[in-house]
Amino acid sequence: MRYAETGFNLEIDLSRGNIERVESDPELTKHYLGGLGTNAKILWDRVPPEVEPFSPENVLIFSAGLLCGTPAIGCNRTIVSTISPQTKLMAFSMMGGFWAPELKYAGYDRVILRGKSPDLVYLWIKNDQVEIRDASHLKGLGATETAELIRQELNEPKAQVASIGMAGENRVYFASIEQGRSSASRLGIGAVMGDKGVKAIAVRGTKDINIAQPAEYLELCHEVMEYIKWRNDNPVPGVMTIMQGIGSPQEMKVHDEKWHTENFMWGNTRVRRKDFWNEEVEQQWTKTMDSMRTRFISCYNCPMECGATITPPGQPTYMMKCFSKLTYTMAAFSDLDFGLKIAQRATEYGVDGFSAPQVMAFAVELYENGILTDKDMSGMPSDNEGRFYWLLDRIVRREGIGDVLANGTYWAAKEIGGGAEEYAHNNIKKHEQLPLKLSMLNPIYFLMYCTGEKINITQIEGQFPQAPYPKREEREAFVKDWFQVPDEKFKQYFLDWEPRGENSNPYYPTVRMSCEIVDWQEMMHYIDDALGMCAGLSSFPLKPPYHIHNYPKFITAGAGIEMDEAKLTKAARRYRTLVRAVNIRRGMRRADEKPPENHWKKRFPELEKDLLDTYYRFKGWNNDGVPTKETLHELSLDYVTEDFIKRGILTDNDGDGLSDETSVKDKSK
Amino acid sequence: MGENTKKTIKTIKVDMDKCNGCRTCEMICSAFHAVPKYSSVNPARSRIRLIRHPLRDIYVPVHAGEYVNAECAGRDKYVINGKEYEECAFCRASCPSREEFKEPDSGLPLTCDMCEGEDEPLCVKWCLNDALTYEEREEEVEEDEIKAQTEMEIGLEALADRFGLEKITDAVARMREKEQ
Repeated sequence: MRYAETGFNLEIDLSRGNIERVESDPELTKHYLGGLGTNAKILWDRVPPEVEPFSPENVLIFSAGLLCGTPAIGCNRTIVSTISPQTKLMAFSMMGGFWAPELKYAGYDRVILRGKSPDLVYLWIKNDQVEIRDASHLKGLGATETAELIRQELNEPKAQVASIGMAGENRVYFASIEQGRSSASRLGIGAVMGDKGVKAIAVRGTKDINIAQPAEYLELCHEVMEYIKWRNDNPVPGVMTIMQGIGSPQEMKVHDEKWHTENFMWGNTRVRRKDFWNEEVEQQWTKTMDSMRTRFISCYNCPMECGATITPPGQPTYMMKCFSKLTYTMAAFSDLDFGLKIAQRATEYGVDGFSAPQVMAFAVELYENGILTDKDMSGMPSDNEGRFYWLLDRIVRREGIGDVLANGTYWAAKEIGGGAEEYAHNNIKKHEQLPLKLSMLNPIYFLMYCTGEKINITQIEGQFPQAPYPKREEREAFVKDWFQVPDEKFKQYFLDWEPRGENSNPYYPTVRMSCEIVDWQEMMHYIDDALGMCAGLSSFPLKPPYHIHNYPKFITAGAGIEMDEAKLTKAARRYRTLVRAVNIRRGMRRADEKPPENHWKKRFPELEKDLLDTYYRFKGWNNDGVPTKETLHELSLDYVTEDFIKRGILTDNDGDGLSDETSVKDKSK
Repeated sequence: MGENTKKTIKTIKVDMDKCNGCRTCEMICSAFHAVPKYSSVNPARSRIRLIRHPLRDIYVPVHAGEYVNAECAGRDKYVINGKEYEECAFCRASCPSREEFKEPDSGLPLTCDMCEGEDEPLCVKWCLNDALTYEEREEEVEEDEIKAQTEMEIGLEALADRFGLEKITDAVARMREKEQ
């Protein structure tokens, strides 16, 4: 019997309309855990680097995490993986909600789509019955609207539906997949779904998921539940409000937006408004939120209420979470009323709440600076907010200038020319970043921005505080109950970290410490993404209920896979390296690994070089960011070595001797 | 008339305003009632169901009541604060007209047993948002009647265990014939 997982994949060839239920190899789970890990393996095996994102050969995988559907609180994420049309690299966006557990209960761990359907279709999965159904009547409809209509026509109110809106259908490079209160938004995976001609996947399941060691597993869940309760009553002092608790940042609950509005950038990520927040704004925004918010809502099996249903007057209800609350508002220099209203339309269209506002602000800036002209913008209203609605409508339909902007700021700037590239200034690896511009380089964040392969800072940061505490006593209090650290030394790193003086940014934490801190933070995200755990209860907040010490027990008791910290660390390292291998094979190299030029005002080229050199060595990659033969061998990824040698990425006699070099360096310190 | 005595009434108070729609109640109910306990999860086997329409702001957790073998002659719809609740939304019966409260494979009816043996029903324990709270209260009942009833039932159950229900029924039928 298989535990936690079902042991079956659903393989769907959309070109031929062929559906197969295929048993998976349990050994694969031991090696790659499931979710992201298994997705990386499938992409490596099936999608050679020559395959373009919009080729029928590209695959689109919807994977439930290994522990989704079990009693593990907050374990509900679907990991959607494919090749991104925007970055041309591996994209792995996640969504919470209800879809992954439902897929498990239907008897599948993942759905793998390949080929392309000649006509728009949707998939209907109900236990063993799987159908490809006509979706021509749903063409052009909103993502939420589509989900409702499908539930109605199937007469299945309990079906969970992941769907795309017009943006996905029209292959907008930042199109999302929407589902319940969640969405898989980053890196244009909705565009790949649209390219495959799939409007939605509806699923309903009524089968069992088995637990290997039921009593032990429940005990672990109880511990987590008790800790969640305790943690909700004991916010972390000394950090800004949204970092104090667990769950996603509680944007639906928090009214005080002083920190975001005065520290994040407005418009096309350029303007900081230091004195923006005042009583009048607070009153107005509070009134807006209170009048439109109907209820706080959650994902499957989770007590945290990170989302909300929002009903703008005269508009349909939609579900919102997190920072999309402010991205439209701030991109347009507007207010919360505008932000919550346009987000309704954007959610139905199915676009990424980070990229979409930034692309529109970029277009407005180009227009104001004469690079885009009245001819390009023919028909655009003159009022600021009207422009954003107009741009959004053009982009999702790919009409006129919208067709150019639909490819994101990087590609649009290239096509527009005339200096437009200067305005696409907030990208990493061609992907729009959070609207943040800071002063002093932080060595930990430098490494995370450079090397994060989800290409989004929130998807790698988390366990280590973002800034030092001013007083030693505060730091001592912080580390007292910080049992989540994988090693005691991290407490010392934090204790010695000062806001000013010798032990401060950018030279402290030291290069070596920064490598270790980044590695820990990243590993926790990768484990979450294999197990299907929400980052909000694990890798993202400080002092979370899930950590490296209880995860192995969850895997052992839940999935029946003998696990300990060392084995789990190694497994995470294995598929993390495999994600890199997929990208290396697609051409990603050191030159691509850099933050936006203007992310920090104070830069330190020598230190930055040292950081990246050392981190690469620490990870077992060569100086160009390519995993070495030794590393690949150690992780049982020799098949990657073979492929790299065949392609000339590594050579046969690439003895890298990295370990020697590292030890020499360490001694010199 | 006999003396009055107390009987415990177990109640789950449902605060629909506090429900966040997470369905943890369904999850843990199905796990608790799995055999062996917690060995599997399947919300479709749960004895509590969340009737949930986020876009209409409808969240009704309903516990499975008794099985009935016929549907109602007519059905009700409720409108509360402008929100229309579906037919049967507040009904706890496992009946032919609904999918709820039946085992998905066998179709056998499910009934909430308040998680006998636990301090409180697990759906309540796992609902950290207090949409479900557990209350016990005592009601006065006439002791003799209860006592007699209980004694007779215990006796009958013991006989049924020993001889089988069919034989007992036959014996009762014969006794009745003699009496007439």
